[in-house]
Order: sequence, then C-alpha cells, then structure tokens
Amino acid sequence: MFDRRLVQYFDWGMLALTLVLGAIGVLTLYSAVVSGSETPQRVLYIKQMLWFGFGLMAMVACFLFNYKTLDRWASVIYAACILMLVAVLFFGKYVGGSRRWLDFGFVSLQPSELIKLGLIISLARYYSRMATPKGFTLRQLVIPIVLTLLPFALIVRQPDLGTAMLFLLIAGSMTVYMKIERRSMITLVTAGAIAVPLVWFFLKGYQKRRILTFLNPDRDPLGAGYHIIQSKIAIGSGAISGKGFLKGSQNTLEFLPEQHTDFIFSVLAEEWGFMGSMVMLLLFLLLIVWGLNIAASSRDPFGTVLAVGVTFMIFWQVFINIGMVMGLMPVVGVPLPLISYGGSSIVTIMMSIGLLINVSMRRFLFE
Amino acid sequence: MTDYLKIADPEWFKQRVTGIVFCVFAAFALLAVRLFHLQVIGGEEYRRLSASNCIRLESIDAPRGLIFDRTGDMMVDNRPAFDVSIIPRDARPVEETVGNLAGLLHFTAEELMEKIREKRRLASYKPVLLRKDIGRNTLAAIEVQRYDLPGVVINVTPRRHYLYDQSAAHVLGYLGEISNEELSCGKFPDCRPGDFVGKFGVEKTFESVLRGERGGRQVEVNAKGQVVRVLQTVDARPGHNVYLTIDRGLQQKAEEMLRGAAGAVVAMDPGTGEILAMVSSPSFDQNAFVSGMTYDQWEALISNPNRPMENKAVQGEYPPASTYKIVTAIAGLEEGVIDEKTTFYCPGFHRFGNRVYRCWKKGGHGSVEVVRALAESCDVFFYQVGQRVGVDRLAQYATALGLGSPTGVALDHEADGLVPTSAWKRKKTGIPWQGGENLSIAIGQGYNLVTPIQMLGLFAAIGNGGIQYRPQILKRIENTQGEVVRSESPTEAARIEFSGKTMELVRRGLWEAVNTVGGTAFRSRWSAVDISGKTGTAQVVGRKEEETADDQEEVAHYHKDHAWFVAYAPSEEPKIAVAVIVEHGEHGSSTAAPIARAMIETYLGGKSGGQKLAKRE
Repeated sequence: MFDRRLVQYFDWGMLALTLVLGAIGVLTLYSAVVSGSETPQRVLYIKQMLWFGFGLMAMVACFLFNYKTLDRWASVIYAACILMLVAVLFFGKYVGGSRRWLDFGFVSLQPSELIKLGLIISLARYYSRMATPKGFTLRQLVIPIVLTLLPFALIVRQPDLGTAMLFLLIAGSMTVYMKIERRSMITLVTAGAIAVPLVWFFLKGYQKRRILTFLNPDRDPLGAGYHIIQSKIAIGSGAISGKGFLKGSQNTLEFLPEQHTDFIFSVLAEEWGFMGSMVMLLLFLLLIVWGLNIAASSRDPFGTVLAVGVTFMIFWQVFINIGMVMGLMPVVGVPLPLISYGGSSIVTIMMSIGLLINVSMRRFLFE
Repeated sequence: MTDYLKIADPEWFKQRVTGIVFCVFAAFALLAVRLFHLQVIGGEEYRRLSASNCIRLESIDAPRGLIFDRTGDMMVDNRPAFDVSIIPRDARPVEETVGNLAGLLHFTAEELMEKIREKRRLASYKPVLLRKDIGRNTLAAIEVQRYDLPGVVINVTPRRHYLYDQSAAHVLGYLGEISNEELSCGKFPDCRPGDFVGKFGVEKTFESVLRGERGGRQVEVNAKGQVVRVLQTVDARPGHNVYLTIDRGLQQKAEEMLRGAAGAVVAMDPGTGEILAMVSSPSFDQNAFVSGMTYDQWEALISNPNRPMENKAVQGEYPPASTYKIVTAIAGLEEGVIDEKTTFYCPGFHRFGNRVYRCWKKGGHGSVEVVRALAESCDVFFYQVGQRVGVDRLAQYATALGLGSPTGVALDHEADGLVPTSAWKRKKTGIPWQGGENLSIAIGQGYNLVTPIQMLGLFAAIGNGGIQYRPQILKRIENTQGEVVRSESPTEAARIEFSGKTMELVRRGLWEAVNTVGGTAFRSRWSAVDISGKTGTAQVVGRKEEETADDQEEVAHYHKDHAWFVAYAPSEEPKIAVAVIVEHGEHGSSTAAPIARAMIETYLGGKSGGQKLAKRE
C-alpha cells in the first residue's frame, strides 16, 4: 500500500518554508511579549511553540491520508462544522461581548478558524464536479452560495464580522477562479449594487456607525483610529534597516494594541525595518505561489480546487492583516498566518499546509 | 474518476491558476509600495514621532448628570476637583521633581516615590496619580513653581458634590470606585478601573442614565509632556439630569423632626404614588464617600448600632403593631366574621386557652364595635376577630394589600417583609401553628414584618379609595438641553377589591383615631385639615428577658418599643400619606404622630406650604 514515490515526491520546500515562517513568528512574538508587564503574557511565546508543535502533528495528519478521502467525506465534514458553529452560539464563552470560543477547560478553541477548511473542502467537491469552461450559471451557484452563507450567518451572529467577511472572500475568490458565466456575472453584480443601498437603508444608526468606523478607522480616533496611528508609527519608525531585535520602543511601551496577535507585523516591521519586512513579504509570496503551483500540478480537479481554496485562504489573511496594520484596510481581527499568536489559527494554517503537501506529494499517483 | 467530467481540458485549470498568480503579485506589490512609503519615505518622520512617543490618548470624563427635586431645586451637582499626577518619563530627574513637589502636597518625598514605584509596571508615559482633590492654595503654589516641576500634570475632573450634607442620603445614594466584580460583569462597558459609579440609592438605580459617555482626544506632546497639538477630539456626552419626586422642603422638615432618633419617615402622594420625602435616620455623609474615607470612619459607620447605612424606609423590617389592625378589620368584615355593629367587650384582657392576652389599656375599653376599636386601638376586639379569621385567611388579605412583597420602588435592597401563614411556620420551625398565635398576629405582633414603605402604600390605597400605586421616585429625565428624555407616570400595581362598606368603615375608624376624644392620635389632630391615621407600638423584645449588661441605660433604650404612625390627609381625597417609625420611640401617639402631623402641615400649607401648593399647580 505504501508507495515509495510518496517520499520521493514529498514537498520538502513547503515544509521548510513553513518552519522558517514559524520560527520568525516565535521570535517576533518573543520580542512582542517579553517586555510585557504580566507574566501570563510573557510566556506566550512558549505557548506558541507548543501550539506550533501541535500544529506540526496536525499537519502530518493532514498529509498522511489520500486527500481524495476528503472528497468523499465532504458533506460529513461540513455538517460537523456547522454543528460546531451552532454549539458556539449556545455554549460559547463570552469574551469582550462576543461568543467565539469553545472552552474545553484546558484549552479554548475558535471553531470559526477550523471551519474555513470545512467550507473550502465542500466547495472544492462541488466545483470540481460541476466546472465547465463556460463558467457557472446562477442556478448552479445556488448550492455554493447556501454552503457559504450558512457558516457566514452563524459567524456574524457571534458576532465576528472580520472572520465572516473572510468566508465571503475565500468562497468568492474560489468561485471567480472557477469562472462565472458572463450573463450570471452581470446579474450578480447588478443585484449586489442594488442590495447594498437597500440593506444600508434598513440598518439602525449604531450599526451604520459601526460599519463606517470599520471602513474608516479615523472615525474612531480613540479606538481603531488610534491603534492604526500607533501601528503606522511603529512600522514607519523601523525605516530602512529597523531598530534591531528587541529594540522596538512602540512595542515595549505598549502603545500597540494586540501586538502579539493582529498587530504582530508592526512589531516585526519596527525592529527589522524595510529590509526585514520585505523578506517577510517575499516569504509569504513564495508560500502562496508555491501553493498555487501545487494546485496547477495536481492531476485531478478536486486536488486543484482544494489547493487553490487553501492558498486563497492564506493569501487573504496575509493581505488583509498586513494591509490593515499599514492603514490600507479596515481594522479587522484577522491573524497573520504562522506569525500571530493564537492556537486555533496556527493549527488551522498548519493543517492547510498539510493539505497542500498532501496534494503535492500525490501528484504522480494514479488509481 | 468518472465524476470529474465536463472538463474538456485539464489545462484549463492551470491557465486560470496563472491568472491568480498575477493577481497575487499585484496585491503584494501594493503592500510593498505601502511599506516603502511608510518606512523609506516616511521613516524619518515616524522615527521622530516614535522617539518622543508623542501621540497620546487623553480621556475626557463625561460630567455626570445632576439630580434635582420635584420643583427643580438642585440636590447633587459636580464641582471641579484638581488632581495632581506625575508622568515619570517627563519628570526627569524624577527624584528632584518629587522633592520639589512633596512639600506642596503635604507628603514626604519618600511617600511619593513609593507611589510611583508601585505603578512602575505601567508604561513610563502614563501619569501616576499622586494626590486627588488638592485645594486651590496648593493648586496656585504648583502653578507658580511650574518650571521646577516638569512632568507634573494637574487634571481637572468633575467630582460629585451633594449640596445638602447628609440630606436625603439614602435616596440619592453615593458613588464609589468601581469594583473588580463590577468591571468584569459587563454592565459597565465604558468604565475603567478608578472610575466612580453609583453604589447605592438613585445614583445606582439610574447609573446608566446619569453616567454619560466618555470622550477623549489624540494629542501630540513635546518632550516635556506638554500638549503641542490636539489631533482629534471626541466630545464626552454628559449624563442626563434626573428629577426626583422628592419635595426638598418636606424632606428637610422630616429630617429635622427625626434628628437624633433612629427611624424612618416616608411620604407619598396617594393620587400618584410619588414619594415626596424619604428619610432614614441616622444619615451619613455622602461627600465623604466621594473624597474617600479613612478606615476608622468606615468602621464607625458600619458598626453604629443605629445602622446609618441602611435605608430604613425600604430596608427596615419591623413588626407593624397596631397599624396592622386595619388588615385584621378588613379581613373580619370581608369574611363576614364581624359587621359594623358587632361588638366585643373589652375588660382589659382576653383569656385564650390557659393564657391571658392583655389589652394595652389596663381598665379595658368596654363594649366596642369595629370603628371605635380602630380609633381606640382596642387589642381585645382584634384578638376576637383574629381568633375567628385565623392566620391563613388573614394572610390572604395582607398579601392582597401589598404586604409580604417589595413595592417595587426604584431603590436597592428593598426588603420583602413577612406575612406568616401556618404552612410557612411549619416549614420554618417544624412546629404547627398555635391558636394563640392568631391573636398575636391580629394585632401586628408575632411573626409579622413590614417595611415603612409597604405600610405607607397600604394607607395611601385606603386613602385614595383602593388604588395601589407603585411608589415612584423618578419624576423625569432630561438631557442637558432640557429636553425630556423620559417621563414617569403613575403605575397601578394593584386595586383593592373590597366592598365599599368595608372601606368606609376602615376609613371612619382611621378618621376617629385622630379626630375624636379617646382616639389614640387625638393629640395630633389639626383644626385646619382632617387627618386620618393609625398609631402603633411595636414590641421589640419580650420584656421578661432581662439581659445582664454593663450599661443598663443603653440596654433599657434598646428594649423600648418602636413607635409607628401612618396617616393620610385630608381625610377625603388625601393629598399626602405619611408613614413614620421611630425606633425605641415607645408610643406611636407621642413620638411618631407629631412628626407625621408636622409633615402634613408643612405640605398642605403650614408656614411656607401655601405658596408651595400654588407653585405645584
């Protein structure tokens, strides 16, 4: 049963890239938290390493079996995901006014992270069977839309607007990749153009304000706007060569909010400067192009769409997170893959990479 | 593999992947350009900003809403208080600055350094509070020496100020620093450690209304920590102003009358349920809570045997004593046990089983029917009624009249009171109800417990013909522009469904108690306006239990009975109802009734009351 070619074609490059990024993540996190005042924060980098180790195991688990199994089990996986989200709504732990976590006593998980993979697998199954060069018609898109909106609605209820948007972006870009028939595309765009002002009209005042602040942080100079200013100062003050490891003053003075999670890139940019930040960007670019290459070299459509979906997920998180801390994007709680602190995020990304490796190493296998 | 169909050419997929690669490159180019813009082009400027950490956030506290009485007299406002803080990183050399400052603040330099060291965990640009609420002289002294005191900042913060010391303290309540539990419970989303929130009384009940919304500003400061530029400001939204139903003149009258005694006075408009006055004595100094009190002050407050921190009008549970006889009368009449003509003979005592139950009047009242029994408060008459009605039927009427459950006034910690039933006693003590106990509860002794505000609501309902209004403390809420945000209207809690005849007899009994010779409150009648009311003398302890104590006199005082008087006036279409309890005041007729009488006089047009009535119209 075991095929020697599996080892022969193992994607060592992907693994190496992951380890390098993870190591940079732990170092940056160390710098971000070690100067912190509270002990539980100071040891976060150790916890991060534990999560990283756990993630490695999850990654291995994700490439040991043949990814085609996922195709067969897609609906079961999807159902389990929805069940988890419902569970969060009922039993989730309240943190800062929203319910995003399932508390298992020794560890808390954020199911919405994992469930991105569930959605990608389900969409991959559907799209890989239905794809035609002409593109999808509206009627064919009903199922993927429902598949997406269900978890989307449940996550909006938590509420976690940022993650919910991420679902739309992942599903949307996968669909565009699969091609939408021209007439359907026009209909969809027109419908969207009509729906947005209509929905806006029905929103309550505070909801409008929240969305406006989301789009333009300057409207909230004491909250998001202030964070962005501090983040920009941190990044900008890194200048060309950076202030040096552990020398970031914005960070040590705790000007940065959430510097160990969503704003971790600012810490890195301040300490390593333009050169370091560019290296980081290039590593992410390499990771994403690598993923796309795996997609392109897969022999079966499911593998291709799966790899494309997973790569899109990583891409969007990188793009939104780095864009946000530089003031290009709305302030949303999207972690930077492999760098931001957070167990659920790390494990999910490692599993995604496991899936990519899975598709990659089986590209020459035929049944 | 058969499933994967319809795809003419596997190359098709690959071509589309190439498309994505281009998009990804474009997106990363955008990020790189932005990065270049921030770090390479803007690097110098951002490094300067970063070096002095000069963009800071300053909080602007929202002024808390003011509290007024019903006529618009201000009772609580905010005064400016000056707090001195130090920003360690701007105050360098810190030791020298602290040395200069210490004398002015009446601390030693060492004490100040200690405070700074305690907060060392905080970032050094964050101000450390050294002394709150310095006087104007200190303020002037600091201003003069400004140049020797770098990094020393003075913040003007609004501080709560209760205009009338100790007055209406239990209604208004007080503020205190927010506790960790309050912070984590989620009810105070806008609050931070060190904020003051309502802890008691109206300040607590209407916390969310009074609080307002915090604002803030982004400022750029120079190396000395002085603000050079305000970048953006979000104005604070001041809290709303609260108008209470309290009449300040009446409130003060009641406080005057109760001074030196422990007890409570509550007055209500029987036509609306609006609370006109609410006094609990002794009181406490609310301003001391805001400026912070010493441990000894606090100890003294909570160990005072007269319980100044308790609002006796709503939290105090007392035996209702003879005021309860109207409940017994109503039960007897409604159940058909007695009618208006039923007479019982009172020889001054009543024998039940092998015990003798005494009437308060040694010689006895002779033959009395229900109206005279109420007027003269004949115990024997009500022993007879109680014996026939029994505890459980009596409890039904007491409950229907609003006893045994909170009235729902918008104040904290309202007590339930207690309406005993035979089932309750069996559950509580395991001993079945004894026949003799029917007699005790019929005259309001035994297990019965009521709060003054419950008794007041009951009498107000009798006075207005049967409508029980929920006691109301809030008149309206206005925003700072004077627009009414919320206006309270009378709420009917219940309606008394007794026959007109019963009501009539009880009302007559209450009238006769004050206005006829032999009535227990005859001494407190008023020629101008008819008052109806009922006295009560509540036994505190069985007088037989002699305790050995060092201070005989004090023991004697705390064994004295509580004095009750509950009344309304004018007897027809009453405008005011008053409940008075004086702890250890002995006799309702001599201690409590005169207080109620004075209140009624003040309100209905005594010395200053005339114009007051006119003003109210």
